[in-house]
This record gives sequence, C-alpha cells and structure tokens, in this order.
Amino acid sequence: MSTDPAAQARRLGTGRWVELALVLVAVAIAIGAYASVGLGTAGAPPSRLLGYGIAVTTVGIAVHLVIRWRAPYADPVLMPAALALNGIGLAMIHRLDVANQAQAARLELPPPSAEAPGQLVWSVVGLLLLCLVLATVRDHRMLSRYTYLTFLLGVGLLLLPLVPGLGVEINGARIWISVLGQSFQPGEAAKVVMVVAFASYLVVHREALALAGRRVLGIDLPRGRDLGPILVVWALGLAILVFERDLGAAALFFGVFVVLLFVATERVGWLVVGVLLAALGGYASYLLFDHVQARVTGWLDPFADPNANFQIIQSLYGLAYGGLLGTGLGRGQPDLIPFAESDFIAAALGEELGLTGLMVIIVLYGVLVARGLRIAIGSRDPFGTLLAAGLATAVGLQVFVVIGGVTRLIPLTGLTTPFLSLGGSSLVMNWVIVALLLRVSDAARRPAPAPPAPLAEAQTQAVRVR
Amino acid sequence: MNRAIRRWSIITLLMFAALLVNVTFIQALWADDLNARSDNRRVLLDDYARQRGPILVADAAVARSVETGGTFQYRREYAEGPLYAHATGFYSWIYGRAATERVANDILAGTDDALFARRVIDLVAGRPPEGGSVRLTLLPEAQQAADAGLEGRIGAVVALDPRTGAILAMAARPSYDPNPLADPDPEVQEQAWTAYETDPSEPTLNRAIARTYPPGSVFKLVTAAAALESGRYTPDSTLPGPASLPLPGSTAVLTNQSGGACGPNDQTTLTDALRISCNTAFASVGLELGDDALRAQAEAFGYNQQPLEAYNAATSVFPAEMDAAQTAQAAVGQYDVRATALQTAMVSAAIANDGTLMKPYLIAEALAPDLAPLQVTEPVEQSQAVTPPTARGLTEMMVTVVESGTGTNAAIPDVTVAGKTGTAERGEDDPPLAWFTAFAPAESPQVAVAVVIEDAGGEVDISGGQLAAPVARAVMQAVLLRGGAES
Repeated sequence: MSTDPAAQARRLGTGRWVELALVLVAVAIAIGAYASVGLGTAGAPPSRLLGYGIAVTTVGIAVHLVIRWRAPYADPVLMPAALALNGIGLAMIHRLDVANQAQAARLELPPPSAEAPGQLVWSVVGLLLLCLVLATVRDHRMLSRYTYLTFLLGVGLLLLPLVPGLGVEINGARIWISVLGQSFQPGEAAKVVMVVAFASYLVVHREALALAGRRVLGIDLPRGRDLGPILVVWALGLAILVFERDLGAAALFFGVFVVLLFVATERVGWLVVGVLLAALGGYASYLLFDHVQARVTGWLDPFADPNANFQIIQSLYGLAYGGLLGTGLGRGQPDLIPFAESDFIAAALGEELGLTGLMVIIVLYGVLVARGLRIAIGSRDPFGTLLAAGLATAVGLQVFVVIGGVTRLIPLTGLTTPFLSLGGSSLVMNWVIVALLLRVSDAARRPAPAPPAPLAEAQTQAVRVR
Repeated sequence: MNRAIRRWSIITLLMFAALLVNVTFIQALWADDLNARSDNRRVLLDDYARQRGPILVADAAVARSVETGGTFQYRREYAEGPLYAHATGFYSWIYGRAATERVANDILAGTDDALFARRVIDLVAGRPPEGGSVRLTLLPEAQQAADAGLEGRIGAVVALDPRTGAILAMAARPSYDPNPLADPDPEVQEQAWTAYETDPSEPTLNRAIARTYPPGSVFKLVTAAAALESGRYTPDSTLPGPASLPLPGSTAVLTNQSGGACGPNDQTTLTDALRISCNTAFASVGLELGDDALRAQAEAFGYNQQPLEAYNAATSVFPAEMDAAQTAQAAVGQYDVRATALQTAMVSAAIANDGTLMKPYLIAEALAPDLAPLQVTEPVEQSQAVTPPTARGLTEMMVTVVESGTGTNAAIPDVTVAGKTGTAERGEDDPPLAWFTAFAPAESPQVAVAVVIEDAGGEVDISGGQLAAPVARAVMQAVLLRGGAES
C-alpha cells in the first residue's frame, strides 16, 4: 500500500468532476424553473430564456473553475446545492413579479418594479464574493488572528442600523441601513463575522473553559476570566438585536453561540443551560413585547383571529392548495401570501411545487448543513472545526426557524430563507458562508504533507564545516 | 470536539425531520380540510379562473362562462334568466352554488375524476384546464309552455317522459334571475340576494320539486290503484256515492265538490267516481281498504321516499297511523297527505308506463370539454307501482275524465289524453289549490305531466279543470309536437 499522499489523492479523487456534474444539474434546475414560470404564466417559454440559460451556465461553470483553481480539494456538493437553491429562489421571485404586475394591470395601477433582476445581480455579486474569498483567504486560520478586532467589527456591524441618518426602520424592525439608495442588512454580515470571532476565541480558550471553576446546580462553570469576555460580547449582541426588534436574528445568534460552546467544551451542560435560557428569554420577550405575544397566539390557533394571522393562514392555505405535487410554477396564487418573496418564499414554493418540491428544498438545505458539519469533523485544525460547525449551525438553525415558522411548526419569526428569499445582504453573506466552508474543506481534504522520512533512511547531506 | 459535533448533527437531523413531517401533515393530510374552509380564496379564485363548462338544454347553453377581464377571469351568464333558474341554480362568489351548478360542480369545474386524464394532458400541454358540460333532460318547448302557462300565477309544472323518468319540464313561478348572483360586483350579488330572500313569494323556492301540497283529488288515482290492486274492485264496481258521508268516530261529514250525490240512488261506479271526482265514493273505498293498503300503494308510487335526492327535492308524505276518519280524508288527498308536483307527475307516469315507475332524473349526460360523452344517465326502474292490467284499467278511467269528466279542458284534438283534476282545500284563509295531472297519448304515452297552481292572481273560480288542465294540455302538446317532428 502506497503511503504517497499524491497517489492517495489520485485514488480518492478530488471530487471536482462530481462538482461539475452537479453544477450542470443545478443550472438545469435554475433554467427549468425559469422556463416553467414562463410556461405557467404566459403559456410560452420566456423570451429571455436563452440569454438567461447561457448566463447561468457560464456563471456556474466559471465559479466551478475558480474552485478548481483556488480550492481544488474542496467539498464538491456544497456549491451546487446552494446554486440550485439560488436558482429556484430567482425563479420564484420572478414568478411573483409576474403575478404582482398582472395584479397591478388588472387594477389599472402603475406596474410595480420587478425584483428578480436585482436579485440576479445580487446572486452574481454573491458568487463574485465567493471567488474573492477563495482567492484572498488562502488559509482560513488567518481569520483567527485578530479575535478582538473581529468581535469589534461584529458589534459595529450590529450597531450600524442605530446610527442616525444611516439606519432605516422597515416594518417595525430597525435592521437596515441605506447607502446610496441601496439598503443592506448589516446583521447578515455580522452573523458571519460573529461566528468567526466566536470560533477564534473558543479555539484559544476552550481548554480553559473546560476546566472546572465553581460548581452550580451540578454544572461545572468555567472561570470568570475565561468566560467573561465572550459572555459580554454575546450579551451585547443580544441586547442590540432585541433593541432593534430583530428577535429572529437574536434567537439565531444565541443558538449558534450555545452550540459552539457545546462543541468547544464537549459539555452537554451547555446545551441544557442554553435551552433553559432560551425558554426564559422567550418567556420574557413574550411578556415584554406585544408582537411576540401576537406571534405565539397566532401560532397556537391562527384561525381564532383570521385578520391578525392573515399571513400564516394564507401560508397554510397555499401549502394545502399545493398538495402533493403542487400547482406547477406560475399556476398557483402565491401572491395571496403577504411577503411571499421574502419571509414566506417557502410557502410560495410549497404551493407551486407541492410537498414533493418543498421536501426537495428542505433536503437540499439538509445536504448543505450535513456537509458543513462533515467538514467540521474532517477539519485537521480546531479553528476550522469550530468555524465550519458554527457556519453550518447558523444555516441549519435559520432554515429551521424560518421554514418551521411559515409552516406553523414553531411561532413565526422574521428571518430570511437562505439563498431563496429576496434580499441582497442575506444572499451575498450566505455565499460567503459557502466560500468559507469550501476553504475549510479544501484544507481538510487536501492530502497531508508528506511525513518527514525516518531518520535512518534520510539522505544525509554533507555539511561543510568551515 | 467531533463527538459533540456528531451529537449536534443528530439534533439537527431531528429538526429537519420535524420540518419534513410537519409539511407532510399540512400538504398531504390536512390539505382537504384547509381547502374546504370558506375563507380560503384560493379555491374560489381557482374556480373563477377556470372556464366552467356550460349547462345545456337541447343544444343551447342556458348557463355558460364568459370572459370578463376583471379579477375573476370568467363570470357565469344565464341566457334565459328565470326560465331555467330553478334547474340551473346559480353560481355565486358569495352565496355558493345551487341546483345543477352545485350537483354537477365537479364536472362543470373540471375536477371530476372522469376528467382526470384530460387534466393531466392539459397540464402537460400547458393549456388552462376546462370544465366539462352537462346536458339536462329538459325540452325547451315543454319548459317554455310550462312557464308561459304559469304566467301571472304561483305554481309549478313537472313533465316526465314516462318511459324513462327524464324530466322534460320543471317550471315554477315565481322564479328569479340568477345573473346578478353571479355578478363580479359583490354589491350587486348582495342586493339581489337580499331582494330574493326577503320576497314573501319565495322566488328561489323550486315549487316543482321542493314544496309539498295537499294533493286533493289527484290522490284519487292512488286510491283507485289500491282498489284495483286489491282485487276487490273493477272499474265497473258499484260504489256508494251519497252527497255526504259521515266520518266514522267523529261528528264531521265529507261532502262532494258539487254538493250533490254522485249518481242515481246515491250509487256510482269506480270509473264514474273518478270521472266526476266523487269524494264520498273514494272515501268509502279508502275505508274499505284501510290505511295500510293506501299507504302501501302510495309508497309504491314513490310517496315517503325522497326523489331526485341530489336536488334536495321534498319527500311527499302519506302519514303513518291514521284512524278511520283520517283514512277516509286521506283517500281523497286531504288530511295530512302531502305531494309535490313531481310526485303527482310520477303517479301519472307510472300508470302511463304499464305500472312501472321510472326514477326521475334531470341530468341527461355529462360531456367532456370536447363534447365527448363522459357519463350518460341510464333510465332506472324505481318500482312496479301497479300491475299492467291495473295500469290499463286506470288509463281507461283517466281517459273518461278528459273525454267527458272534470278534465275536458285538457283534451287535445286527435290525441287520447288521460288525466285527473284536483282541487284541494288548504284551510280557511288560503285559496284552494288547483291540480291537474295527465299523460298522452293514452295508447303509447310520451309525456306525463302534473300542474299545481296555488294562487291564480285574483281569479275567483279556482278548480283543477279550469286553471290547471289547459296548462297541462299546452305542455303535452309541446312535447308531442316535438316527438312527432322527431319520428
């Protein structure tokens, strides 16, 4: 058996051809969905189908080539899975554009501007950013160097919407900033930055955190000086998010932090404490905030007040109407659900693609998260492990919270659906997450450097002694 | 750390499994309940987005969907308005569906299983799905004659093909215009609905099938049938026919319409008793036979069973548990005996069809959007109401009614008509009801008809022979003319 790492890599393969094949499948899904919308709404394929098809195929293959060049050992499934989701999202946003414009035409109102072209631009920006991250971050460990600066950056990003003149309030949540007429959600970027910061802090302090400090209620608490800083940052971030009334993001932020703490220390106690604190926080916000109470009652019995719970009821009606196979893209009435293109895009997809299509989407997310966690396990360095686990957890929790919310599994919270929802900041940052996961997996799967040859067999080198 | 990640992976797996199970519940198990909720606009919008199939009478669409260009892509149009309103029903965004629009909704909307293959083809071909159409059994000429005969009156007409049970005419006045109920403007719908619902004459009530009346003398056909079936009577049997008959066990007496006796020496025959509609003779027959025999005969003709269930027709009633006085009254169609126009037509139709009662039906066939037949209604025997000899005897007796009895107004030149009049008392304040039921030609019947008029709009002389018989004649003539043209 050869121990030659290069030979081993050849035998296992890098997965790049698998990735190319999957990219082509994802591209076919994206183009097929777009064509299907045209067929369903206008009865004919969209006139720009050829151009769109060429563009999507080109972009998909180009990104694949960049990965080949910059992360040749990276996981081959991640990018195509995300690309397929992005393509499905684009088709649904386009489909809702068509519906909204038809509705405006019926009511003889000026047509609303189409959202899909903007989302397409953001998709390209996201993929460019993915390439940029792969090109510039040659080793993910360089991200762990400036822990406190990263924390500062994360908190700063969270605070941006509160800056007067910069932040804008939309639908009761102050989580947007407006720059040059474009609005961004800095919280989306903060999410990634905070995961990086937590991972880099924990990688240094996890040994110390695992050390017993005081024992409280059967749980060994770490020493204050180890836990302190991270607790401060965490509480600060949580406070900002609650202040901005972005409770979905707060829950996500909290969840990722607890899971990272659990992974770093391997102590189940942290999960228990996390669940207890989450229950406490949830109850507190139920008492403190009217809109939280409304969400909970709307979750328990939406039909008790059909007007107040119009959104979730429409979502359920849409899902039910879709049934097993769905109405087909362009043939349902997803525009009856308010915010169908953002928070409720899963319901819109469930209506037109049916249970079958929605399950495919959920499973695609499952594949993304599973791959992310697999990368974490495979990573050779602890920072890579924590980073990948944190990013995968962030995506997984977000999918659970938002899809669970619109399907009435849990109370509704305002979060975007990764890769699907309308919104540039979320889409771009999710592509950055994929880029970072690719980077970590490239390092994990890269053949190990040749071990130094045993001394006895080593070629001796003559050293000239002067 | 990997052990912790593996544990966390299991929790993540459970979360995703929960998502999958949850959407399965909503989309597979609870979908029907959610779709059936009344505030679910999707289902209605979808109905309105689809070209609903037409309801046909002969080859004309009496209800069809026309494009509007509004929020609802199609609206329902009822070309003849009130004429067919009771048959077509209405199709309203707010008030739902009625009559054929409700009964045949799956076919009209295109959601029937029979249209499944076509739906799949439409889906693949990218065509908007289309509804199938439904052809009613009504004959336009008969329907128009029936409706014209009821002009200015309150009443109903039902005409049947005795050989099949097909309903050839089903008219009721007052009627209503279903068009405003299908108007895209909800306010128009509301106004029309309120107007119809508050109208004391109940225009949306289909008096032909959904209201029962005391049948009066037309019920004598049932009593006569029971008499002949018992074997104790022939059409020539002699019966007592005094001017008044004391009701056993009570102080009340039963009198004849004329006030006099039904024949010399207070005697008459069964045939003559039917011809001149002698109450005392039939009451005494009823007393002889007993209420059980009358009830069995009435039920053989369809009483106490709901006909045309899908259309919510009323059940005609022959009461249970009667004493002798009540039986005597019931034998002449009074007391608590109730019959719809449809039921009365069924009695004539059974006699006309050699005693075999055919199950009445209104939908002749369901057609696919390309007019290929999907389902054709096959005539079904409901019961053998009387034996063929009894049917022949009753026919001969009914012919005398039209030739020289109370029903001469129903006579048609060159056609033998068999009929029976009825004038039923309804209590102190209400005017009496005028009934007439008949079939023709007596030798080979093509049409059986029943007419009931509850309010003649001020006419004083209300009797079946005067008011109802001419309407029945017009309807029969319309059917026979068309039948003649066909053969």
